[in-house]
Amino acid sequence: MTLGQSLTVALFGLDGHVVTVEADIADGLPAYVLLGLPDAALTESRDRVRAALVNCAESWPNRKVTVSLSPAWLPKSGSSFDLPIAVALLAAQQVIPAERSSDIAFLGELALNGHIRGVRGVLPSLIAAYKAGIKIAVVPWVNRVEAQLVREMTIIPMEHLGSLLRWLRTGERDVVQELDLAEDACESPFDFSDVAGQERARLAAEVSAVGGHHLLLMGPPGAGKTMIAQRLPGILPTLSREESLEVTAIHSIAGGLSTRSPLASDAPFVAPHHSATRVAMVGGGSHTIKPGACSLAHRGVLFIDEAPECDSGVLDSLRQPLESNSITIARAIGSVTYPAHFLLVLAANPCPCGKFSGRGRNCTCTSQQVRRYLGKLSGPLMDRIDLRVQVDPLSRVELSRLELGQTSATIKDRVVAARSVASLRFFQEKWSLNSEIPSRALRTKYQPEKSAMNFLHSELDQERITARGLHKVMRTAWSIADMSGHSRPTLADTQIAYSLREGSGS
Amino acid sequence: MFVIYGCGTMATEKRPQTRNKTVGAFGENAVVDFIRQQGATIVDRNWRVKEGEIDIVAQLGDGSFAFVEVKTRTSITYGHPLESINSSKAHRLQRLALAWLATHQSLGHEYRIDCVAVIISANGKFTIEYRKNVL
Repeated sequence: MTLGQSLTVALFGLDGHVVTVEADIADGLPAYVLLGLPDAALTESRDRVRAALVNCAESWPNRKVTVSLSPAWLPKSGSSFDLPIAVALLAAQQVIPAERSSDIAFLGELALNGHIRGVRGVLPSLIAAYKAGIKIAVVPWVNRVEAQLVREMTIIPMEHLGSLLRWLRTGERDVVQELDLAEDACESPFDFSDVAGQERARLAAEVSAVGGHHLLLMGPPGAGKTMIAQRLPGILPTLSREESLEVTAIHSIAGGLSTRSPLASDAPFVAPHHSATRVAMVGGGSHTIKPGACSLAHRGVLFIDEAPECDSGVLDSLRQPLESNSITIARAIGSVTYPAHFLLVLAANPCPCGKFSGRGRNCTCTSQQVRRYLGKLSGPLMDRIDLRVQVDPLSRVELSRLELGQTSATIKDRVVAARSVASLRFFQEKWSLNSEIPSRALRTKYQPEKSAMNFLHSELDQERITARGLHKVMRTAWSIADMSGHSRPTLADTQIAYSLREGSGS
Repeated sequence: MFVIYGCGTMATEKRPQTRNKTVGAFGENAVVDFIRQQGATIVDRNWRVKEGEIDIVAQLGDGSFAFVEVKTRTSITYGHPLESINSSKAHRLQRLALAWLATHQSLGHEYRIDCVAVIISANGKFTIEYRKNVL
């Protein structure tokens, strides 16, 4: 038999397809044909595999080699096919027992000396393999922690093709130290106690964390907008295992988890620069459709500093994921859906020069400039932002105060408590966060107290608030009620919510 | 594919070009012996036209022709001998085969193209890798 086979996984977005790699060695002039819609990186696998095999003292078949990756219709990309191709070729040459390699999934890029290099997307690949009934997977050594997250599979991390072949032939493995799978509790360097003063912004951040309300921080440079945004993930509830897996899978596809430790259970914080393109924000690409910043911030915080400086359209491209909590990217090779359930935090200066605060005495901007600047934050986008707060520069008194503000841990405890109240209340419903209450439910089942409604209706009558704005205030009021232990938003809760929406002083 | 092992002596000279010719001729002779042993008749050798050369033309028992390209190497440092047959060389072999059939009023006969690698080691031993019908 001059036929060999191995298994691997091709990723398309977060969806993995199990791919059978078949290798046939036929008589004929030395040639190598790779079938199954490979991209450039995959076509180059030939030379990597060849060098790796030769340098591991294996022979390269100087005959007509046909390698087929099926299903053939699926476009395949990336270098993770090197290892399965090498295994299939060796199985075809009968230098490794075929029955040992046929039900194992292989992932890995080969270095020319046979070293197995790390690849992207190991976690989603293995999840797909497991769903397809594969029980054993060989992964690159550097991806072992990520791979071990799929606890149901037997993971064989390998560092070198030579040791893999020895294992396939004899079942012997190099001595492997057992992994310590304890979740690493990495302390965030950012704590809310570092923030001096800014009571309103702190309150807004807490409300935002409780109800998942999007937040706009407006204030002059140096007032602490970025500081507050950076500390927001620290007060979000710890991710559950499922959520952590989701987040890890996305980060794994985006870039080998360099941005995140595989077992991290804290909410991600993604802060793209305001020069980011639309593709960087929502994801895209022509060969492989990669997740953008809004998917990387899934279950965490997407912070855009200097939001009005963003190119037009970039911010508005976030409207769809804000609505549906996912983003579907369509390209010529197909369309991919990535989850994008994030907390949006925008920061903006009050005017282009940034000095418009207090009475705005130092500001040199014309009213036209200010209007154009803030006009970049389009109406439809602002409609989705429940909380808008002014972050004023600190006074001398606030800065010199010695007592520290509350720590992130204290706030987080309150957030977790308030969220559990909300999730109990919404037990029967399709949503679990206050910011997700549909407006119909707000009018019927989830109305604030009578006095609060009277207050809101009078504001509506005086045209200080729109109907949509009214609903936003009601949602925020629910979060504040959860924090203060009220079973239904009171007038006071609603007034706080109203002031947080309008961004007024108090 | 056949692999056979043989032994012979080869006259080597100092001048590189002459040496290459000697190596080539040694390999071709070895292959001719091999083909004869298999029971085929050698019809033509080193048939040369402007476009190129056919090393060996053999007629098999069923009347069909085999056009044989021989590649001889004394080391595989620069790759397997047959790797040097790229697609343009393969096409040229096809054209040469048809040209030979045309000049010998044999168009319409079955034919095939074989490629043979002869690897000579330093002690004079050689191996023949015979690949039938490769194009």
